[in-house]
Amino acid sequence: MFKEYSPIKEKMFQVIDNEGRVINKKWMPEISDEQLVKAYKDMLFARTADLQTVSYQRQGRIYTYPPNYGQEAISGATAMIMRDEDWLVPAFREMGAYLAKGATLKEIFLVFMGYEDGSVFKNAKNMLPMSVPIASQLLHAAGIGYEIKYNKKNQVVYTFVGDGGTSEGDFHEAINFAAVWKAPVVFIVQNNQYGISTPFKVQTASKGIAIKSLAYGVAGIQVDGNDFFAMYQAIKQASEHALSGNGPVLIEAVTYRKGAHTTSDDPTKYRTKEEEDKWDCTDPLKRLKAYLIDKKLWSEKEEEQLLPEFKQEVERQFVEAENYPAYKLEDVFKYMYDEMPDDLKKQQNEYDNFLKWKEARK
Amino acid sequence: MKVMNMVNAVNDALDIKLTEDRNVIVYGEDVGVEGGVFRVTEGLQLKHGVERVFDSPLAESAIVGTAVGMAAAGLKPVVEMQFSGFAYPALNQIISHVSRMHNRTRGRYNMSMVIRMPYGGGINALEHHSESMEAFYGHIPGLKVVIPSTPHDAKGLLISAIESNDPVIFMEPKRIYRAIKQEVTDGKFTVPIGKAKVVSSGTDITVVAYGAMVREVQKAIVMAKEVGISVELIDLRTIYPIDKETIAQSVKKTGRIITVAEGPTSFGVGAEISAIVSEEAFLHLEAPPKRVTGFDTIVPLPRGEHFYMQTPEKIFYEIERTVKY
Repeated sequence: MFKEYSPIKEKMFQVIDNEGRVINKKWMPEISDEQLVKAYKDMLFARTADLQTVSYQRQGRIYTYPPNYGQEAISGATAMIMRDEDWLVPAFREMGAYLAKGATLKEIFLVFMGYEDGSVFKNAKNMLPMSVPIASQLLHAAGIGYEIKYNKKNQVVYTFVGDGGTSEGDFHEAINFAAVWKAPVVFIVQNNQYGISTPFKVQTASKGIAIKSLAYGVAGIQVDGNDFFAMYQAIKQASEHALSGNGPVLIEAVTYRKGAHTTSDDPTKYRTKEEEDKWDCTDPLKRLKAYLIDKKLWSEKEEEQLLPEFKQEVERQFVEAENYPAYKLEDVFKYMYDEMPDDLKKQQNEYDNFLKWKEARK
Repeated sequence: MKVMNMVNAVNDALDIKLTEDRNVIVYGEDVGVEGGVFRVTEGLQLKHGVERVFDSPLAESAIVGTAVGMAAAGLKPVVEMQFSGFAYPALNQIISHVSRMHNRTRGRYNMSMVIRMPYGGGINALEHHSESMEAFYGHIPGLKVVIPSTPHDAKGLLISAIESNDPVIFMEPKRIYRAIKQEVTDGKFTVPIGKAKVVSSGTDITVVAYGAMVREVQKAIVMAKEVGISVELIDLRTIYPIDKETIAQSVKKTGRIITVAEGPTSFGVGAEISAIVSEEAFLHLEAPPKRVTGFDTIVPLPRGEHFYMQTPEKIFYEIERTVKY
């Protein structure tokens, strides 16, 4: 596939059209009906949670949050291929992938409510926390890839970055290192057209991101990131490529960030309604749903019944997060070091004395 | 016992840990085939294999960033920054991830790694090869920062650093890489991180130094002795966590203190030590704590560097001034 869709040909990999009709039978992946419906439901859950989180933010119940709206197929497809033993090295806009790894919504909420505890993701095997400094996480993925090779493990690292992140030196360095090491890393660029307000054409003069793979000597492909089947196939092929010892793969998933960069951002300042409407026709859930309905695997009615359940589940986990125990002074200090320096203990004690003094004044 | 210089001692420590622990991985620019530009890693690739001791592409951010991933996956990377003056591209990784991952994940992922870098002036080098920026590593919460001044301590401290579950910035005073030789204990031993060493006892003034400056102070002490000044020399050995106790105890005895360091004066290690003694030994002070350090300037190129570097004569001058205050 990577030959057939070599980025030099400037041909974006697609399997279904905007109406959910198969336009590329050759590469239509084999997925059982059951799995497919599950994938759709998982993506729908992620979207429900995402939209609800934005509304919680508007209610002042959670701090700044980066929405996933419109990009769910990328995480959704990765979630289906990624195994327990594989690594997930996130940026911060891949909710579906975190949930598939075993992270809970409650933990994700805790992160954005201001608790480090959220980032532990203790039931998500081999998952790093979200990484806020743009593109810096890609190097961690390359390093993990080295460890996999070193210990001859049968694992793949899936790591994410946005189109803005591809302008960072770390993007270049990570792919270059992983390529030299032939490390099993799948680099997934969610090209959602904007780095906050900055459009793709201001990030790079390149025709795309996938084409950069050629210069690194790695496989690369440009995929319609809103086409679930195409994403599934691309990730599957990439994982097989990586597991066979062929080194990293660079996947450019062309998508559109339907929401804001974060809840602090106002997209109306830098993009038009026309543009948003145009991209709306490519919405990943709409397309997969159209396919499923056509195949009689899904119905509007089933969705209507499911949505309230999902909303309730999101609400349940959100309220649990809201009732999380208060942040303790020791939480500030406890994890700074494995072996805590005496001076840190002293700083904690001194502040504790202040707190006692404050208490006594009341 | 074997007579070693610091290059040999660091090499020996790496060799011991590579032999003992399969998770230890050594890499950086030119560290493999060539054995590093200072030959610190010479012979290690041949002995331990190209998978464990290797040349990386030339990118400091990536060297440290990939080490973050390796540490998360359970390896113990010991990476080399070719010169501390070229380590700055790695600062994003050091500040944003190396120092924080343990805290961010509430201890789930520790960042057990060592970032080695030769630092300091006095070697007639090009620009970017002479600076001493230990203070800003010391300023980053989550790191430990170590600087040896002797082959023995270099070996023992490096073994401690590799065995530490916390990330350690290990700065090697390249000026004395080969200048000091001493007998070093064979096999494995450790020197604890966070403990300064009283190199010589005295009663009139405390001098705190580290790295290449320890030897310069020792020469100044000979001059001081000739005029009857008794100097207590403390080799700091660890920049963070700094050994407040040893410093305070000494100043309580001598009443005077100067810090000798190569880095810029303001916000430096000397400033920190002055703060420590004013907090911990205020009533014992008989003279203001003095920073005998580099200027708040760029280290001049070789023809002007003698103005910047602390010499035994300059250190003696400052010792005498503080004693006579």
